[in-house]
Amino acid sequence: MLDLSYDSPKPKVIAGAKHDWELVIGMEVHAQVATRAKLFSGASTRFGAEPNANVAFVDAGMPGMLPVINEACVAQAVRTGLGLKAEIHLTSAFDRKNYFYPDLPQGYQISQLYAPIVGEGEVLVELGDGTARLVRIERIHLEQDAGKSIHDMDPALSFVDLNRTGVALMEIVSRPDIRGPEEAAAYVAKLRQIMLYLGTCDGNMQNGNLRADVNVSVCLPSAYEKYRETGDFSHLGTRCEIKNMNSLRFIQQAIEHEARRQIAIVEGGGKVEQETRLYDPDKGETRSMRSKEEAHDYRYFPDPDLLPLEIEQAWVDDIAAALPELPDAKKARFIGDYGLSDYDASVLTADLDAAHFFEATVAAAGDGKLAANWVINELFGRLKKEDHDIADSPVSPDQLGKIIKLITSDAISGKIAKDLFEIVYTEGGDPDDIVEARGMKQVTDTGAIEAAVDEIIAQNPDQVAKAKQNPKLAGWFVGQVMKATGGKANPKAVNEIVSEKLGL
Amino acid sequence: MSDLNKLTIAGARDALRKGDVTSVELTEACLAAIDGADALGAVVHKTPEIALDRARAADARIKSGDAPAMCGIPLGIKDLFCTEGVPSQAASKILEGFRPEYESTVSGLLRDAGAVMLGKLNMDEFAMGSSNETSVYGNAVNPWRAGNSDAALTPGGSSGGSASAVAADLCLAATGTDTGGSIRQPAAFTGIVGLKPTYGRCSRWGIVAFASSLDQAGPMTKTVRDAAIMGQAMMGHDPKDSTSADLPVPDFEAMLTGDIKGQVIGIPKEYRMDGMPDEIEALWAKGREMLQDAGAVLRDISLPHTKYALPAYYVIAPAEASSNLARYDGVRFGYRAKLDQGDGITEMYEKTRAEGFGAEVKRRVMVGTYVLSAGFYDAYYNRARKVRALIKRDFDQVFEGGVDAILTPATPSAAFELGQTHQDPVEMYLNDVFTVTVNLAGLPGISVPVGLDGRGLPLGLQLIGKPWDEGGLLNTAYALEQAAGFVDKPVKWW
Repeated sequence: MLDLSYDSPKPKVIAGAKHDWELVIGMEVHAQVATRAKLFSGASTRFGAEPNANVAFVDAGMPGMLPVINEACVAQAVRTGLGLKAEIHLTSAFDRKNYFYPDLPQGYQISQLYAPIVGEGEVLVELGDGTARLVRIERIHLEQDAGKSIHDMDPALSFVDLNRTGVALMEIVSRPDIRGPEEAAAYVAKLRQIMLYLGTCDGNMQNGNLRADVNVSVCLPSAYEKYRETGDFSHLGTRCEIKNMNSLRFIQQAIEHEARRQIAIVEGGGKVEQETRLYDPDKGETRSMRSKEEAHDYRYFPDPDLLPLEIEQAWVDDIAAALPELPDAKKARFIGDYGLSDYDASVLTADLDAAHFFEATVAAAGDGKLAANWVINELFGRLKKEDHDIADSPVSPDQLGKIIKLITSDAISGKIAKDLFEIVYTEGGDPDDIVEARGMKQVTDTGAIEAAVDEIIAQNPDQVAKAKQNPKLAGWFVGQVMKATGGKANPKAVNEIVSEKLGL
Repeated sequence: MSDLNKLTIAGARDALRKGDVTSVELTEACLAAIDGADALGAVVHKTPEIALDRARAADARIKSGDAPAMCGIPLGIKDLFCTEGVPSQAASKILEGFRPEYESTVSGLLRDAGAVMLGKLNMDEFAMGSSNETSVYGNAVNPWRAGNSDAALTPGGSSGGSASAVAADLCLAATGTDTGGSIRQPAAFTGIVGLKPTYGRCSRWGIVAFASSLDQAGPMTKTVRDAAIMGQAMMGHDPKDSTSADLPVPDFEAMLTGDIKGQVIGIPKEYRMDGMPDEIEALWAKGREMLQDAGAVLRDISLPHTKYALPAYYVIAPAEASSNLARYDGVRFGYRAKLDQGDGITEMYEKTRAEGFGAEVKRRVMVGTYVLSAGFYDAYYNRARKVRALIKRDFDQVFEGGVDAILTPATPSAAFELGQTHQDPVEMYLNDVFTVTVNLAGLPGISVPVGLDGRGLPLGLQLIGKPWDEGGLLNTAYALEQAAGFVDKPVKWW
């Protein structure tokens, strides 16, 4: 285990009219597997193609067409499982989930109900306040995505785009271990981060490449603990499933609304009906999609077109050996090796590009803490102003490292360094050359500073008198000296000389 | 040469290679026979232009010295096979107008070997039936007639068109598919040879699926030798079918020595059914005697779970079919019902499927949907799977005990009159009683014509082989064929 110890967060409590209520949340996250081809066909998975351009005969459910598993998708699922410290099942199997819909051309979705490829795992979900929730993963299975039905292009007709049909999804199923809206969002964000590190999902929620079904129920305090002790779900309230959400913000809002809806029902003497609901972000409410009675009977059965999927331990071991460093380990290392704060390490490991940038900067600068400050405060701030990603940064880690090195070698002051950064950011160039060419080097020659101090004192007798009464006014002299030297004077030296000359 | 359409594959191959005949001549003879045989209802989409193009190409190939065994051989292709640019309807209205943009692996292998496609052959709708009466094209008719009767007989099913066409010499051979006996039963009813290979031998890619875990393509031919030649050309690993076996296909014809001395032939007691006609019993006895005379050792064996095979089959096959046939929804291809104002997607599904599927298909889709539904899955589908495993184990144990092949009747009766059993589906299902076990266990089976019944109708025996031992099975069948000396042909009335 990693050497990161956290306290568990307190569950979210919502005060009802009669009681306090706690939330219990389990999630099914659908992550599109990052591969070039679909799960059972060679068709491309590229987003944004012309409608129905990425469709093989098997995707269109043409007669006699047969699925053949794409090894790359299996490897990505295994990689994801390993990233979630989960059990990898060397034998898994595919089942058909039968239902009719025009964007499901086969009339069934190939999924893994009875024998998923990945079993139990866990994810540590850090929250901003220094606490973290360990969420248990129940399983990950591979399945086909459906296509897209478009109902709003024509008053009488519906259109179908099969580009997404058959694209591989990983369904990551959690245990009901999530205890509040913020935790739910943080959980999805953490899964996203891990998968981005692994390269198994592009994490693009806007395109629907990462989306979640959220199971929400409410219970009285201490009921959840009874469930954890016994494994008996009857301690928990009846859950409702909110389908298909692709925004962290909406996930939080939907959970909050749904919990309050359920509390109102229960406190009003009613019973929550188990059902599938949809969240309407415009109205800020969830509404029923189908009740338990209306639930489809999917008639799952083993897909006879596919033999059980057998993988070898040696193959899994190879994938495990080639796994990149994951967020938790990287964060721990940043804290340990560079002496970063938990917060800074979190910020720098949130995104893999940022982490790479930081480490390259450290390599050039030689000072981890300072490099973290500069990357987080100056660089991120500046990039954010122009809505740029770290990948588009006009300042390279090497350039930033040199700027930091100029500070640590006392060649320039922190203030000049900010000017230098701005020059490098907007104009480019080698920081050492710029400092040299533009005379930005810090003046540490005490003779020159003394001369400047003497001149200011001589010109401002009134201020001198005031300063002698009130030593705080020495700062004014320091400012004047810095101004006179174009900011290049070593501020520490100026301070000392001003104090000395004023006799403070 | 005259009556070229009456040649066997082996005979035609040798004549082609010698230059005694051209593929164009063979093909023209078959096309003429087909044109004169509309009364048989065997050929449902004639493709004379494709046939002659391929025949010419085959002749050029033969001339250049590059001629695989099937090169230039005119064949009929069951309508269940998707054939590029040619209607492929599985004898269903719901696939009306469907012309695939692809060629099934098996028909593609035959095409690439130079074989000539004459047309598409009749069958039961989606291969569901044992009499060819569920076809949207109307039934195919058996070229054989009983005695002096002119009553139309079934050619069997589901590969009824294939059986009728081969028996009537409309083609030299035909492709069939066999899910519960659909090659072997019609072969037996029409006095020809039908081979169902081991599950996984022939690719299922491009064949309209009925029950994926049972479906298997195979040759329907005039002789065992032809089954060896054509079967070999149809088999082989296909990476596009995950259930296709990556095993080499031996030279079956070279294995036809007729020598079966010391081969152990199992005789399963469970296939001796109550109410079985004496003629079938007598035929079976004759078969045993012939194999014994040829040097084989007979051994009484037991396959104790046989009696559960039919019910298990009629759970598993409809279950898979109900899912496989979900894609016929009127959205992308084939038939779509005319819709009324205000009809939505549900009405489109309901009307399309109600109008597009025939009664037997609907019956099986409903049965399949029922046995897979929540609350019934374990009682029906899961139990049937367990029974299936037991049936397979019965066979495994027998083969492990040293049995090389098993001899049974192919069908419980000779060909029956069309329209006779149509009203009682269960009676129709009983036709498969000797054949379904072979599909459930995934084994190779072959039906060989052995004699005529009292009314002059052909009867066949079935040999069941070890997995992947089509070579040995064909050789035993060859020995049986030699001993039986069955040479009768139907008297032409059409």
